[in-house]
Amino acid sequence: MTLDTVGRAGQTPDERQPYAELGMKEDEYQRVREILGRRPTSSELAIYSVMWSEHCSYKSSKVHLRQFGTKAPHSDALLVGMGENAGVVDIGDGWAATFKIESHNHPSYVEPHQGAATGVGGIVRDIMSMGARPVAVMDALRFGGADQPDTRRVLPGVVEGISHYGNCLGLPNIGGEVAFDPCYIGNPLVNALCVGLLRKDQIKLATAPGPGNKVVLFGARTGADGIGGASVLASATFEDESQAKRPAVQVGDPFMEKLLIECCLELYQADVVVGIQDLGAAGVSCATTELAAKGTGGMRVDLNLVPLRDPTLRPEEILMSESQERMMAVVTPDDIPAFMAICEKWDVPATVIGEVTDTGRLVMTWDGEVIVDIPPGTAADEGPVYERPLREPAGQAALNADGPERLPRPVDLRETLLTLLGSPNLGSKEWVTSQYDRYVRGNTVLAQPADAGMLRISEVMPGAQETTRGIALATDGNGRYAKLDPYTGAQLALAEAYRNVAVTGARPLAVTNCLNFGSPEDPEVMWQFGEAVRGLADACKTLGVPVTGGNVSFYNQTGSTAIHPTPVVGVLGVIDDVARRVRSGFTAPGLRVVLLGETREELGGSEWAHVLHGHLGGLPPEADLPAERALASVLVAAAADGLLEGSHDLSDGGLAVGLAEACLALGVGCSVALPGQDAFVGLFSESAARALVCVRPEAFDALAELCLRHEVPCYGLGTTGGDALAVEGVLEISVEELRAAHTGALPAIFG
Amino acid sequence: MSAARVGVVTFPGTLDDQDAARAVRLAGALAVPLWHADHDLKGVDAVFLPGGFSYGDYLRCGAISRFAPLMGELIPAARAGLPVLGTCNGFQILCEAHLLPGALTRNEGLHYICRDQRLRVETAATAWTTEFAAGQEIVLPIKHGEGRYVADAATLEELEREGRVVFRYLGNPNGSLNDIAGITNESGTVVGLMPHPEHAVEDLTGAPSVDGRGLFTSILKRLVNA
Repeated sequence: MTLDTVGRAGQTPDERQPYAELGMKEDEYQRVREILGRRPTSSELAIYSVMWSEHCSYKSSKVHLRQFGTKAPHSDALLVGMGENAGVVDIGDGWAATFKIESHNHPSYVEPHQGAATGVGGIVRDIMSMGARPVAVMDALRFGGADQPDTRRVLPGVVEGISHYGNCLGLPNIGGEVAFDPCYIGNPLVNALCVGLLRKDQIKLATAPGPGNKVVLFGARTGADGIGGASVLASATFEDESQAKRPAVQVGDPFMEKLLIECCLELYQADVVVGIQDLGAAGVSCATTELAAKGTGGMRVDLNLVPLRDPTLRPEEILMSESQERMMAVVTPDDIPAFMAICEKWDVPATVIGEVTDTGRLVMTWDGEVIVDIPPGTAADEGPVYERPLREPAGQAALNADGPERLPRPVDLRETLLTLLGSPNLGSKEWVTSQYDRYVRGNTVLAQPADAGMLRISEVMPGAQETTRGIALATDGNGRYAKLDPYTGAQLALAEAYRNVAVTGARPLAVTNCLNFGSPEDPEVMWQFGEAVRGLADACKTLGVPVTGGNVSFYNQTGSTAIHPTPVVGVLGVIDDVARRVRSGFTAPGLRVVLLGETREELGGSEWAHVLHGHLGGLPPEADLPAERALASVLVAAAADGLLEGSHDLSDGGLAVGLAEACLALGVGCSVALPGQDAFVGLFSESAARALVCVRPEAFDALAELCLRHEVPCYGLGTTGGDALAVEGVLEISVEELRAAHTGALPAIFG
Repeated sequence: MSAARVGVVTFPGTLDDQDAARAVRLAGALAVPLWHADHDLKGVDAVFLPGGFSYGDYLRCGAISRFAPLMGELIPAARAGLPVLGTCNGFQILCEAHLLPGALTRNEGLHYICRDQRLRVETAATAWTTEFAAGQEIVLPIKHGEGRYVADAATLEELEREGRVVFRYLGNPNGSLNDIAGITNESGTVVGLMPHPEHAVEDLTGAPSVDGRGLFTSILKRLVNA
């Protein structure tokens, strides 16, 4: 096989190149030729094709995502914003938290176990590369209908992959979501979140400054995993040929990743790292071009030095390989011995493969010949940017006109509640979460089924200050709401995650998002995307929480049928005294049950319409952001004052499901009366900006006063106690019967 | 009186070492980190082998760890009476090292299980359970995929006859024979169990139970009174 060197490329300008097969458009290819003043070598083509893929370049989303910057609210907490591996926020007492959510959707459909496992691995390395110790993970999962046959293939595999990889890494899994809808049957959504903690003064960035500094590749050896994964698997629709692409899915080794975590933390502590980048999509291509582009601007790499698992790999394949558990660091020559000694202690292979230069060029050699010679910024930052056409979907107006008002209202609300509670979306997720370790590292304060996960900040970093603080995290999304109105749907996803953090007593601080959509080449999908981003950016501004990073996943469609637009939003919050955290649900008998917020008749996109009528139409609930902000202020202040004995967010399934879940938390019943006239609306409406809390009777007045001050409606509904959920004049169901319905749903399907 | 020193071993892939050290400290003892590659027990008075996936659980859980340099020191010391506690992967390692009989195999349901598990303490006559009462019911979390205790009939009969079953599941989660969750050696100094006492020592974090404290206060009392 002829080696395609830079010299040869100059001599054979007309050689046909497989740019189209690599997912590149004709004009993109021509632009590469213009940049280089010649045709690219095959290795250069490999680099540009992966770096300019949708997955790496955000070429269709960039023009929209800018709003997260231009509309960003002022935040003193933001230390590192979008554009780095993950955002970093100041959480006080010298501590910082870094968090991000990322999709691994397509690989998880092709190979559920490995796809989901490597999704966890990838996001954990993003967090490590910021200089942090990863401290917890969460997963937002969406599958086809629970009873559809392929869900029985995909779901157990995905859960097992997350379980195996996350558990082996020793990271507690503290929350997330599991939702079902037939729209995800060919495109499950596997969005993995990781959070890390670091000392504020220890932030690391992906940069390669200082000519003469060494470039070290460390971690696993490079194999044929995921070759073409970034540009083919992650960015193109696959239909029936997916079997043929199976070998392109990466395979993970969590044991190596665990060693890599401990090794990196020791390297940071020894202060022997100038810049660092994880190897994810597009592997060596991405790491070298991004590090070089953000550093002094030049880098020389000898690709023959890359340690290989498969010695037959060609340079083009080495550049595109997505072998897992690899990192790249920039290290001064003086620190190399100390760096290598730490890697050796942890049995992590490490190899110097090149050095930083000031030439402004990324130059790579193979067998002594130059095969890559490019300005790195052109691959890393100057990819194509598209203003894709947008068009409101043809059926949108009709969809919005077909509201839930026409649906027959139930006569038996007791039966309605039990049906909802036993449906896959609202039933207990214990079948899934019991496969995840939620206790490891000993700092888990709240985990599933709490509204948000919460961690104590502990002695994780040498030299760090003692603190009483904790962090809380929640993810939310609702594809049905976003389908009805992507602008409002995205805002509701944020509002719910924000509220879930606030009900634990934590102050929401920052946002990450994973935007799952169909093909950007479809103007109707692009309209959904544009609306969702606009809605989310506007809501972040109103709620005062900046977006710190995230990920876009396009091409989630089968044929011309896209998934519901599904923006998934993660919110991070801080609680000043973690001992004041509010537990989920009714924590004792004899407490006052209080509803905070206003209930309107809002049933469009609701669980009731979905489960009982298979109906999706009308408009989603209103996203009243000032009301959300006021509610959060009440919840955070009430928690800090020690007023709350328990709390629960109200969302899917409304007050009825909220009350039932609150009873199920610790098996404590309640007797309540509804404030409104219409019991059905009062119980099943999904109005946002609402929460359920319980307080000691003597604390009620203080809570009411707080609500008055923040203009949050506050209704005493009744008291906790007994072994049944009793709604005066409407229904009574024993906790036992609730539990049977709630816990039976998933085991009945998945065994 | 100087503080009792309890070694906490870290193998590559050990995960619960931070929790183990914290539980030891909360009980009032000094947690001494021990590294798998060292031939040095650092003069500790007792050893805690925490859970995890040492060496990635490759080959078989605990099968590689058993040959670590540190184990070359630990095995004879344990035979000579050094108190050793192994939880989860630590229990698997103790079985592979033949400090305890039997083996731990894949859970009956084939799934990894993380849950708060009810147990009965069967004997208070070990170095790690004197602060419990025989017959006491406690809650400790379990989190494992390979925790099904198996042994041949003669071994099971011997364990039962000699009162060496230390913890028994109430509601068997994994198919363990005789509902066994933990056992001890003939002298009662080495105890292995699948549940995690180190995740049940604080009100704020971990399982909704502080029953795990008993194991650490037991060993501390023994060491201080020694």
